[in-house]
Amino acid sequence: MAMATAHTSAQTPARWQDFVQLLKPRVMSLVVFTALTGLVCADRPLNPVLAAVAILCIAVGAGASGALNMWYDADIDAKMRRTRGRPVPAGRVQGADALALGVVLSLFSVMLMGMALNWFAAALLAFTIFFYAVVYTIWLKRWTAQNIVIGGLAGALPPVIGWAAATGTAPLNAWLLCAIIFFWTPPHFWALSLYTSEDYAEAGIPMMPVVAGAASTRRQILFYSLLLVPLCLAPAFTGLGGPIYLGVAGAGGLVFLLLALRLYRSHAGETPDARRDGLYDVRAGARDARNLFAFSILYLALIFASLLAEHLLGAAPLALFAR
Amino acid sequence: MSDPRSESEAETKARRGRNLAIAFGLFAFVVIVFVVTIIHLRGNVAIPQP
Repeated sequence: MAMATAHTSAQTPARWQDFVQLLKPRVMSLVVFTALTGLVCADRPLNPVLAAVAILCIAVGAGASGALNMWYDADIDAKMRRTRGRPVPAGRVQGADALALGVVLSLFSVMLMGMALNWFAAALLAFTIFFYAVVYTIWLKRWTAQNIVIGGLAGALPPVIGWAAATGTAPLNAWLLCAIIFFWTPPHFWALSLYTSEDYAEAGIPMMPVVAGAASTRRQILFYSLLLVPLCLAPAFTGLGGPIYLGVAGAGGLVFLLLALRLYRSHAGETPDARRDGLYDVRAGARDARNLFAFSILYLALIFASLLAEHLLGAAPLALFAR
Repeated sequence: MSDPRSESEAETKARRGRNLAIAFGLFAFVVIVFVVTIIHLRGNVAIPQP
């Protein structure tokens, strides 16, 4: 089993902030945002306290997945610049404590979701935690270059959980939000891995640029971008998004495609990675990869924010083909 | 687990912080369960009995 054994004793006393760091707060904030969008887009009146509890459960469940991921991946985290400062590889928190935190928070979040909202949403939350911690972290991540493609499902499910928390169902529009995040994940992570591939190679993780090379990765990024952009327009035709959404998704999609095309034509990820001082210092050749990586975050945030705004403000959806 | 008698000041401070965080988390959980129970009870009471 790939556990950290070199750091079984804490070098410095673990502070509560170290345990918060185990929950990956930045990832948690994205999960909260997308789950809230799913919950609001369900357009079902829900007691605000129960809505807050649903979002809290999803956030804590995501945090629990993060803790379980940091427990299992401590050995490879210690080899990568981006992750070597995490609490377990840095020796501030023992692996067993990270595991205990992950298990306890998983149980608490799923039980509370079931008790406060409904057991369908709780089951989806439990499945998401299981998928991220076991299917992605333990199985896919070290085994296949498709790790982040398949594993991306865990990051894509929060809007469905939010929708299910509000309604007890998961209709097509909820799965459409899931599909958008699912197809957004490969261009996003592969753009990042194009300029951090040495880190992944050192840790023995079969990321796409390490296994298939930079040119193949850039081609696949373009392929997934061509799938993603039309998919992002779909909510405007299914009664989910309105004119603001269509404008944002359309204009942003054009920029996304342009950046993906520029990355495809570039040589990003091909020259050897000289040691740099900062993690996100980028060679000139990899600038296109960084641009797409940065814009992908903005694009996802914008389309979900426009959906959220339209539903909160009560803007009429376009429903061009919706019944 | 370290012996509390041989702890440094930093270790004592870190342990106190962890204990307070656990206490806060458990208290918050109890409050949430109580509030959720009241909300569900109120909803059930509001439904007219046949």
